[in-house]
Amino acid sequence: MTLQGKAHKVGDHIDTDAIIPARFLVTTDEKELGANCMEGLEAGWVERVTEGDIMVAGENFGCGSSREHAPISILGAGMKVVVAHSFARIFYRNSFNMGLLLIEIGEEIVHFEDGHEVAVDIEAGTVVNVTTGKTIEFPPLPQFMRDFVDNGGLIPYVSEKLGNQ
Amino acid sequence: MAHTLAQKILQRHTDQKIEGTGQIVQCDVSLVLANDITAPLAIKSFKAMGAKSVFDKDKVALVMDHFTPQKDIASAIQVKNTREFAQEQNITHYYEGGDCGVEHALLPELGLVGPGDIVIGADSHTCTYGGLGAFATGLGSTDVAGGMALGSTWFKVPPTIRAIFNGELPEFVGAKDLILRLIGEIGVSGALYKALEFGGSTIDSLDVEGRMTIANMAIEAGGKCGLFPVDAKTLEYTAARGRNDEALTPDEGAEYERVLTFDVSNMSPMVACPHLPDNVHPVENVEPKKVDQVVIGSCTNGRISDLREAAAVLKGRKVASHTRAIVLPATPNIWKQALREGLIETFMDSGCIVGPATCGPCLGGHMGILADGEVAVATTNRNFKGRMGSLESEVYLSSPAVAAASALAGEIADPRKV
Repeated sequence: MTLQGKAHKVGDHIDTDAIIPARFLVTTDEKELGANCMEGLEAGWVERVTEGDIMVAGENFGCGSSREHAPISILGAGMKVVVAHSFARIFYRNSFNMGLLLIEIGEEIVHFEDGHEVAVDIEAGTVVNVTTGKTIEFPPLPQFMRDFVDNGGLIPYVSEKLGNQ
Repeated sequence: MAHTLAQKILQRHTDQKIEGTGQIVQCDVSLVLANDITAPLAIKSFKAMGAKSVFDKDKVALVMDHFTPQKDIASAIQVKNTREFAQEQNITHYYEGGDCGVEHALLPELGLVGPGDIVIGADSHTCTYGGLGAFATGLGSTDVAGGMALGSTWFKVPPTIRAIFNGELPEFVGAKDLILRLIGEIGVSGALYKALEFGGSTIDSLDVEGRMTIANMAIEAGGKCGLFPVDAKTLEYTAARGRNDEALTPDEGAEYERVLTFDVSNMSPMVACPHLPDNVHPVENVEPKKVDQVVIGSCTNGRISDLREAAAVLKGRKVASHTRAIVLPATPNIWKQALREGLIETFMDSGCIVGPATCGPCLGGHMGILADGEVAVATTNRNFKGRMGSLESEVYLSSPAVAAASALAGEIADPRKV
């Protein structure tokens, strides 16, 4: 599976209050949350996004609160993948559970700038900067996480476990 | 293998043998928590999982504390949906009205969390219970829904960073200053995917409430949990709340990824300046900026010892006329205790607003929101841009003593000097 789109680059330590401020947490609707994605970083930030674009971020993306509304708002805004230096722990679990793909590439993140065309190839384990031609390889997901993703995430996993009881 | 506190507790809750960090283990959980922001999503996922009933109606806590008393129609609907779910599932520990408080102050007070427990909560400050020696960690709503259905979840066994504090605390320096200093030292991602473990003579002398203040902010360094050994003080605290717990210490020879040692004897009160909790400076080095709002409360510093600390500074004096000082005792019991001790009267005489137990302003929810250009000093846990209101506002994090001194001075102030 390859996902290709325009990069929207944000900085280090982007917290979940920046991704979706608390005042918007009075709903669980993906579209509504998506319409306010990154509103805590900059008013109207989401207007730059078109369906299929890619979020590029620095260190510790998604730090702060446990709100699952954060990955949901990124999905609701039309982005299916975040490529970052690193991710905060709760956000990492939440994203897998919600079906938002996260690619961690450490210092190699410097090769990606705002507006670049970026392609993520899951099977090949590569992130390609189509604009500059630079290719970065990322390590495969841990087997446990891969099984999770292959089986559709946590909801079907729990559902199956309940069925077996 | 010799285990750190985190590994020791995980081992007690799994059939798998813990042999090292990075291992994935399935653990049973002692309590599962969600609040009025995260429960609605958890319920949605719970239903999508096809779950019919929670694993144990006595081991799920639903605490309506963030946007309550219900601040608008949308938040009232979220609480209503959660209340209906609690009724349908016959959940024992549903809190909304006069028995409700800020979740991480309330659950320890009720004896629902304690030593050796594994607690998962759809709230990042679930790590607070590490102050009582519980492996407690924040997860998202869907992970918590899985926990509600199965009574178990998975963890990656974390490496541990040990923070040792030695020495006697100077006047006006306390638990909040210790955790701010640590976060300032290791940074907001310094404990990412890791457990923090605390020790040293200062920690031994610290009361249980102070330990919870420190554990509470482990997440602000990216930590999975912040663990304290269980000693006589912990056992006395939990026994008074109807529990029968045992002492718990890390194994001799346990391996730590990193050990940091601090001497606290010459420490100043610390302040985390905008806009990250690791932008920490001694209060005397912080520019004495005009303060529009002071907040004393939250899951970090809304307990009785915090209110006593603030009241001691405020007693007989007046809050600056341009500053609104908001005091939110974190639970109804803390409120009543503060009333009995005369602290509420002290706050009101000095010109503070005393409000109900709610998370409200900490997350920019309600009851104390900042306008463009406004500055707050808060005893809360996060000072991210826009956290308490406008993107153009600023939040400084401090202890109750610094917050109270700043309320009196109307600018960021040193309690040793006011």
